[in-house]
Amino acid sequence: MKPDDALFRREAARLLATLTRAFGIDNLALAEDVVQETLAGAFEAWSYKGVPDHYAALLTTAAKNRALDVFRRQRTARKFAPEVSRFVESEGTLRPGLDACFLPDALKDDQLRMMFTCCHPRLHEDVQVALVLHLLCALGVDEIASAFLVRPAAIEKRLWRGKQKLAESKRLFELTAEDFAPRLAAVHRALYLLFSEGYHGGGSGAVVRIDLCREAMRLVRLLVDHAPAATPATYALGALMWLDAARLPGRVGDDGDLRPLLVQDRSRWDEQLVAEGMMLLGESASGDHLTEYHVEAGIAAQHAAAGSAKETKWDEIVRLYDVLMKIRPSPVVALNRAMAIAESEGPERGLAAVTAIAEVQRLAGYPFYPASVAELELRLGRPLVAKKYFELAKDLARNEGERRFLERRIDECARLSTS
Amino acid sequence: MDEFVYLWRRPQRPTRTPQQMQDWMQRYQAWFNDMEARGHLAQYGQPLEPKGGRVVRDKAGSFSDGPYAETKDVVMGYSVIAAKDLDEAVALTKGHPIFDEGGVIEIRPLLKL
Repeated sequence: MKPDDALFRREAARLLATLTRAFGIDNLALAEDVVQETLAGAFEAWSYKGVPDHYAALLTTAAKNRALDVFRRQRTARKFAPEVSRFVESEGTLRPGLDACFLPDALKDDQLRMMFTCCHPRLHEDVQVALVLHLLCALGVDEIASAFLVRPAAIEKRLWRGKQKLAESKRLFELTAEDFAPRLAAVHRALYLLFSEGYHGGGSGAVVRIDLCREAMRLVRLLVDHAPAATPATYALGALMWLDAARLPGRVGDDGDLRPLLVQDRSRWDEQLVAEGMMLLGESASGDHLTEYHVEAGIAAQHAAAGSAKETKWDEIVRLYDVLMKIRPSPVVALNRAMAIAESEGPERGLAAVTAIAEVQRLAGYPFYPASVAELELRLGRPLVAKKYFELAKDLARNEGERRFLERRIDECARLSTS
Repeated sequence: MDEFVYLWRRPQRPTRTPQQMQDWMQRYQAWFNDMEARGHLAQYGQPLEPKGGRVVRDKAGSFSDGPYAETKDVVMGYSVIAAKDLDEAVALTKGHPIFDEGGVIEIRPLLKL
């Protein structure tokens, strides 16, 4: 994928953040209309000769002109944000005021403020993530739905509910506000969920999902670059994303099939991302608050540092999972812990840990729960039992890649049970 | 080689997401790139504003608005393509994305003396 394949989305997100500040969050729909019209015009104009080099400046000018029209037509009928209403009143201050809104320095702040605005404490995490994807990554309803493997109507509802809540305030979240710290925690969580969905989720289309990871990383970078948001937890979140993302090229083999961690060709891992991730991890090691992101980054770092599955310090990874189970227990974490135990202490102990998982019903739809049991059974020399579990997993497969991978494992079990 | 004006005629576009717009735009560009690479592109031409035109009816300057958004195949732009004859000009439209948008292409040979 070429880097500018997401150019329209990037630009849409940039313009929307700025226009939302100019119009006020209660006029979000108006800002969305201006962005839509501006991009539709660019689409017409650039279909012939392609995207010009100075596309960003052209889009800014076009959006600004449309915004001027909106202000002129609506300044009496509509209330605008306090920070803009003072220059909206007179024609003489309108253009310079709007120019100031579009200064590059303001832009980063706008996107950050939009991010914090989306993570409103009264909104469910699912709604926050949908808003982030829609408003900061400029993904449409269908695109979000396919990435999250839910019906478009459900996403539509989440966005509608979210926008209702946002419209209750006049302006974007202030980065100097008193509740900055709790909001930052919510932002971390939303970006973490966004990244995880891209990394582990079942949505169809590998490209969409890697794109989710990239978007989450882009937004974390905005946090790292804004001093008050660059907390140890932010660095830890960045470290875990960078270190996990480094393994993405190894997750799919040349045949297009899924490769589990244990059998990945580690020479395909992205060294640059590993190096950057390790640096972020170093930055995260200050303060006295250990977050789940620190622990997960620590686990990712153990994998990144090991030359092979065999050389991995599995006992250290088990220890880190123990810590994670204390901070943020979940059946998925428990399953990963069990698999680490299997590596460190043998498949028998691993299977015992799987059996001991609490609230295991929450894994009912997760194909890698039966698949993990199957792997352990296979290692214990019971290919027929393993085959049954792999078949269960296959019925739960969420996309073609998972299905093909599990079919291969079933074939392998069949081969071993007859030989 | 003769030159042909291609009039791009199509209905208004539906609302699309930024990514969809970019994907469609790249399909259009791919056709132009192909024409250029094969030496068929005489002029890129220009897109037209979809709305807001007028048709002037007489020397007194009376006019009507139009084209209307509801009209099915409004001229949305033009390009000039070089081809050896009308048959080749038609053949060159194969795979053009406008057909997937419900549009048509009107091909007119430039008048030669």
